[in-house]
Amino acid sequence: MKAIKTVLLGVALFAAAAAAAQTEQYMPVLSYRVGPSAAGGSGYYGGAIDYWTLVNMTGGINGVMLKWEECETEYNASKGVECYERLKKNSGGATTVEPLSTGIAYGLFDRVAQDKIPMSTFGYGLASSADGRVYPWVFPLGTTYWDQMAAMIAYLGQKEGGLDKLKGKKIAFLYHESAFGKEPIPVLDALSAKLGFETLKIPVPVPGQTQESQWLQIRQAKPDYVIMWTYGVMSTVALKTAAKTGYPREKLLGVWWAGSEEDVIPAGDASKGYVSAAFSASGTNFPVVQDIKTKVYGAKKGNLEDPTRLGNVMYMRGLSYGIIVVEALRVAQAKYGKGKVMTPEQLRWGFEHLNLNEARLKELGAPGLFPPIKTSCADHEGSGMVKFQVWDGTGFKQVAPFMAGDREMVRKMVEETAAKYAAEKKITPRDCSKEN
Amino acid sequence: MLYREAGQFKVSYAKDQQIFPIRQDRIAVLALVAVAFLVVPFVGNQYWLSAIFIPFLIFSLAALGLNILTGYAGQLSLGTAAFMAVGAFASYNFMLRVPGMPILLAFAGGGTVAALVGILFGLPSLRIRGFYLVVATLAAQFFILWFLTKVGWITNYSSSGVITAQQIVILGYAFSTATSKYLLVLGIVAVMALAAKNMARGNVGRSWMAVRDMDVAAEVIGIRLMRAKLLAFAVSSFYCGVAGALFAYAYLGTVEPEAFSLDLSFRILFMVIIGGVGTVLGSFLGAAFVTLVPVLLSVTVRFLDSSLNLHIAESAISNLELMVFGSLIIFFLIVEPHGLARLWQIAKEKLRLWPFPH
Repeated sequence: MKAIKTVLLGVALFAAAAAAAQTEQYMPVLSYRVGPSAAGGSGYYGGAIDYWTLVNMTGGINGVMLKWEECETEYNASKGVECYERLKKNSGGATTVEPLSTGIAYGLFDRVAQDKIPMSTFGYGLASSADGRVYPWVFPLGTTYWDQMAAMIAYLGQKEGGLDKLKGKKIAFLYHESAFGKEPIPVLDALSAKLGFETLKIPVPVPGQTQESQWLQIRQAKPDYVIMWTYGVMSTVALKTAAKTGYPREKLLGVWWAGSEEDVIPAGDASKGYVSAAFSASGTNFPVVQDIKTKVYGAKKGNLEDPTRLGNVMYMRGLSYGIIVVEALRVAQAKYGKGKVMTPEQLRWGFEHLNLNEARLKELGAPGLFPPIKTSCADHEGSGMVKFQVWDGTGFKQVAPFMAGDREMVRKMVEETAAKYAAEKKITPRDCSKEN
Repeated sequence: MLYREAGQFKVSYAKDQQIFPIRQDRIAVLALVAVAFLVVPFVGNQYWLSAIFIPFLIFSLAALGLNILTGYAGQLSLGTAAFMAVGAFASYNFMLRVPGMPILLAFAGGGTVAALVGILFGLPSLRIRGFYLVVATLAAQFFILWFLTKVGWITNYSSSGVITAQQIVILGYAFSTATSKYLLVLGIVAVMALAAKNMARGNVGRSWMAVRDMDVAAEVIGIRLMRAKLLAFAVSSFYCGVAGALFAYAYLGTVEPEAFSLDLSFRILFMVIIGGVGTVLGSFLGAAFVTLVPVLLSVTVRFLDSSLNLHIAESAISNLELMVFGSLIIFFLIVEPHGLARLWQIAKEKLRLWPFPH
């Protein structure tokens, strides 16, 4: 009798455990915390994980707890793919994935489409994947590189007192000689033709530890502005070399991967007064950051080993990503049942129906953290707005609020490129009017 | 006991010259190949096939390519990843621009283009050797990646310089599942490994080894240095090119030139050094070591962490994997500087005498 009771109890416990397992929403985290990109990766994933910890500590998403598992990708495409394959079937299946690496994202393009798991590439990735009809499973949320370039030109126009004032100006484009650096060139060319400014494209071979010849070229050409499309050590060296060659730093404008504490602090005084783009705000003044500080770090559950990094640029980008995933899950739950675990397809619907306006961000304790994002079946980007910040030697201060460039032109280019890709890969685009 | 060649008499030259002269070896290798072809596809799940075995086989092929050049012909090279890139991008263009191109022919074409580029960058080897040649091949590494990013035509004017591999279709059959891709890669690797082994023990391989051991002496005994060296570059680059094409088509799908960075060249060089310079088996052992051990470490550390409730910080786990992996490399190189293949050979020799070593 006792044996039967034990068995029954065991079965009941097992059933309870199984039921409990189903109230968890699982996400693989393809993080990188070693190697040259470690500073960015640990800050970014630290931000996202801290926010998810906070959500779990305050009751989850309508009772659904978040669960995640990490795997070290070393920012390496081959390892990233292995991590994705290793984690995707765990804990009832992955719901979404964010590799924070262009190379890994490319390696996952076909795989996520086959596995039907939405992948976000928040603030990077392939610009044409904003067309959700051709890329149903990829979400370059916020702003793609193309929209960022358009916004940068708009900012320079504003600085000059109108876009028409850019006519006849000379803008140098100092870029990382890779897929990342080449990506915005079509938009730069199109805008240069449209607005009548001259461009001077100067590639910097990766990793870019010496840039004397490039800056000599800049010094000779005397451009009115230099757009720095750099990454990692290349950004720091660019700032230092600009100072050495005497190019005024007020005329530099950095891409958002060249605008974090990790880029400007090593350049020391040379970076004071340097303006860069950003797709999310930074600083610890947000109520949500304070919440994380007291609740998560108070309970010693924080993900960062060095809590002083709270509020820095990479951390806040990760936090923004964490918030967007949770919000997409909420949107999906509102349609498919509150308190239920969402399938990847249902979460995709959530990602496609995001409407994160300022009021909603305020409710979340993150007013103005990132621009309003409103996505749809065809538009997987949802915003296209960028803000601009200046480094004053101790912190980043906003110089221009979230603003967009020529979105209409960029969208047209996105659709053309996506159509070309669809033809090459023989994909029939989704008909968005038939989706609910 | 079981592993003993007593009683196996070779009565013909053909028998004396076969790849595996010992019967037990033949049986073991045939069994291994049979398992790889017939059992693994059914037993392995998608993770094992598409994330472990496919990259392992592809890296083995690339390591084999470098081993031909460095191990057999003695020409050091750091351009392996660049030759892989040539193979991948050339195959892509064959598929894109030649209507009705069979994919296997496109892979071979990619390998051939890589071979031609390899010959071009192999020319300096006629004049310089050793570390100076390393520098010349390093130039190949940087030049080729720069060229791929620079010339829009190669990537069909993709704005970001990225190519998306076309689907693999052979005789109307689409290789879309992990199992089918695995079998395709395995088939190609098996055939090419056999060819490499035969080249290595034949006339060509002997001339390579003669050049490796002392090129002046080789020339004196009548080996044409130019032909031997350039042939080594061509064959090696062909292997790397096919590996690169498979890397793009059967593993990553969408690739940027960055995926073939210097880092990858170093990884493949490590595979050759750890596995065993100048052995076909070593290429496979080295590739297995470099691709599998980090995964094994990562899984073990995480399993220990969660089962023992250690709560190690995530970054500490990541660094721990690298530290243990690094120490393992040093350990193996101290224990046996000639690589894992030599360890295997020693083990076999001991086994032949076991259990009566005297």
